[in-house]
Amino acid sequence: MSGMSADPAQALPAVMSPLSGQMLELDEDDDLEVFSKDMNLMDGSPMNASMPTSPASMINQYKFEEETDAKDIFVTVDNPESHVTALETFITYRVVTKTTRSEFDSCEYEVRRRYQDFLWLKERLEEGHPTLIMHPLPEKFVMKGMVERFNDDFIETRQKALHKFLNRVADHPILSCHEDFKIFLTAQAWELTSHKKQGPGFLSRMGDTVRAVAASVRGVRNRPEEFTAMLEYVDSFGQKMISLDKVTQRIVKEQKEYLGELKEYGPVYTLWSGSEEELVEPLKGVASCIDRCCKATEEQIGHLSENLVPLLHEYVLCTDSVKAVLRRRDNIQAESEAKNDALANRKADREALKEEVERLEDKVECANNALKGDWLRWQGNMRSDIKAAFVSTAEKNVDYYEKCLAVWESFLTSQTAAHDMESNSGHSS
Amino acid sequence: SMADCGSEEVAVIGNTDITDEESQDNKNNMMAEGSCLLRKMEISVAEAEKRTGKNAVNMQETYTVYLIETRPADSVTEGHNPVPDSLWRRYSEFELLRNYLLVTYPFIVIPPLPEKRAEFVWHKLSADNMDPDFVERRRIGLENFLLRVASHPVLSSDKIFFLFLTEENGWKEAVFETGFLAKSDSRLKALNATFRVKNPDKRFSELKHYSDELQSVTSQLLRVRARVADRLYGVYKVHGNYGRVFSEWSAIEKEMGDGLQSAGHHMDAYAASVDDILEEEEHYADQLKEYLFYAEAVKAVCRKHELLQYELETASQDLASKKQQQEELAAGTVRTFSFKGMTSKLFGQETPEQREAKLKVLEEQIKEGEVTVTEKTLECEEFVKNAWKDIERFKEQKDHDLREALMSYAVMQISMCKKGIQVWTNAKECFSKM
Repeated sequence: MSGMSADPAQALPAVMSPLSGQMLELDEDDDLEVFSKDMNLMDGSPMNASMPTSPASMINQYKFEEETDAKDIFVTVDNPESHVTALETFITYRVVTKTTRSEFDSCEYEVRRRYQDFLWLKERLEEGHPTLIMHPLPEKFVMKGMVERFNDDFIETRQKALHKFLNRVADHPILSCHEDFKIFLTAQAWELTSHKKQGPGFLSRMGDTVRAVAASVRGVRNRPEEFTAMLEYVDSFGQKMISLDKVTQRIVKEQKEYLGELKEYGPVYTLWSGSEEELVEPLKGVASCIDRCCKATEEQIGHLSENLVPLLHEYVLCTDSVKAVLRRRDNIQAESEAKNDALANRKADREALKEEVERLEDKVECANNALKGDWLRWQGNMRSDIKAAFVSTAEKNVDYYEKCLAVWESFLTSQTAAHDMESNSGHSS
Repeated sequence: SMADCGSEEVAVIGNTDITDEESQDNKNNMMAEGSCLLRKMEISVAEAEKRTGKNAVNMQETYTVYLIETRPADSVTEGHNPVPDSLWRRYSEFELLRNYLLVTYPFIVIPPLPEKRAEFVWHKLSADNMDPDFVERRRIGLENFLLRVASHPVLSSDKIFFLFLTEENGWKEAVFETGFLAKSDSRLKALNATFRVKNPDKRFSELKHYSDELQSVTSQLLRVRARVADRLYGVYKVHGNYGRVFSEWSAIEKEMGDGLQSAGHHMDAYAASVDDILEEEEHYADQLKEYLFYAEAVKAVCRKHELLQYELETASQDLASKKQQQEELAAGTVRTFSFKGMTSKLFGQETPEQREAKLKVLEEQIKEGEVTVTEKTLECEEFVKNAWKDIERFKEQKDHDLREALMSYAVMQISMCKKGIQVWTNAKECFSKM
């Protein structure tokens, strides 16, 4: 897409999709493949990692955070590259970290990560803090149709979303201290691979899943009112986000169709000027005005597509995240309740069980507190994000109309001036 | 955008203080002066009304009538506001008037009527002839037509036109009494001429070509404009959904509620604003349409020229061939092929007396032919002179009117942009307060 901000990360490699059979591996790990082998690989040298590559977006991220005390870690995601191996083709993104935190051995890191690495990180963070609210990852698949998966826009949108995800983690006082976050930011590729293998194995993860399913089947008995209120809110909120997402996409569609017609409109005035004499100037003038308004419309559509549309979509995903958090909290409580029930029915071995019950009750309390704290944080972020996106949209719309206004006013002025000149020089009309 | 009438005289008519006789005298005098009617008379198509009645085949029909009001130009003064004279006319009567003018003044570019049926309609606009918006725009178009005729240096002094404005009953009879129907050229004659004329005036050929281009480009413009209007409507109306969703959403928010609610109102206002914007643009479309139809009127003048030119050429040709025959007969040779010639060859030569008789007939025919050619030549020259004068007038009027139309289009765009700036500035403020 042209007309983008001056972010150097936007210089994406050309994406072509001659879909030869061997390219079209739909990797389990959900990375985006199907790029041509001949794409030039962009070289990001470590030396120019002196500044975060998109200072504007960094500042924007930072501006609306509630903690205005000094941020001590900056993370950027940029520079998508295609990688081809014998088995698969996938995209990696450059992740640059600058930090003054003491836990980090160095103050600058640069690594390359693929989508499945981000997914891994998210799962690890969720495991460690099941009731903290994280910003969502971009989606695995885009359902809208094949074509959109292979274009620059998709990669760009995904990259921005990954950037936001990492930054939200970095800004989170608890999540950002998680060991796996540090490893994600700093480990070389082979280090990360080996670390991943060390994590809870397949069987252990299966065990967790089984317990979670069992707990959710059981259901929680006495959910505190405030969490029920949260659930109801998130439900409503989610519906609103879906509606707004749809409305905004519809607006983009209508705008594009309007632009299509507008592009045919100007040329007719130019055509007409070809058969006239006195009317040539005003006709050409109108044609030119319409053409310039076309450009302004194109810019406006671009802005909408790159800002409000992705933001609303993110918040649709957000509500799923939050609902998942609330479910996990419920499961923790359900597990605790179940253990309590078991204790009530047991006659022997009560001591061991009592310890277990206490542990689980503590777990519930921790989970609840974590969630309560994070809820406010999430609401604050949501308000900032939504406010910023709509304010920006409104600003852009004002800008659009101001541009068009200037175009037509200058036409009118030049026409009036020309006419006055003619009248003064004795032409009658 | 009315042309200047040029006459300084102002007669007082319709004054309630004078007698009927005096009033009629005044009217007659005014007609005789041949000066621009519009200087003396205020004309307007003030209202439109639905009527039902029985038509020619005794079926019930619904139709619209238009109220034509006339008043002396200077009758409205301090404290004196006389009631105008008025009568009702329906569209078909306007058509009859125009057809009369077309036949009676074939060298004039006759102002067009507003369209009979709604065309170049974008989807939301009704194509129904009974639709109030259509009727209103037609009322304006009919008034425009009358004003154009009333300000025309030649047409404004036409008696039938005057009666159209002033005599409700008996007008139709008066029109038919002029015998204009008999004078109208058949379509076939006109078509014939177009293809067979050998030496059309170059200016008229160019003019016809220009008219074709004007027709083509204005109809293209009207079509595209209608599509653009359609799309613009869609864009604005979809924003109304923001209003609805914001309103619902504000109910579950505490801090964001007020901002959302008021932003929603602005979105509703934005969506609603497109109706007025596009209604205004219809006036621009009507101005373009007028010149689309004017192009046809210009072509009618060109066709008349072709017809006259063709008749002249035919008459000249006839004369030439008769002269040829005369020559041959006098010289005794037959150069032109004729059955007579053949038969005389077959059945023997003619007697001198027979030849003498033939020559005499030819001489008469040639004399008549010469008169015809002279008449036709004069007719052609007169036509070209008068037509070209009106065409020059038309060109100036067209350049002036279309330039103004384009400027008024720019004004409309400016107004639309200003409204947009206001709404989104307000919305931005509401969003900032969220």
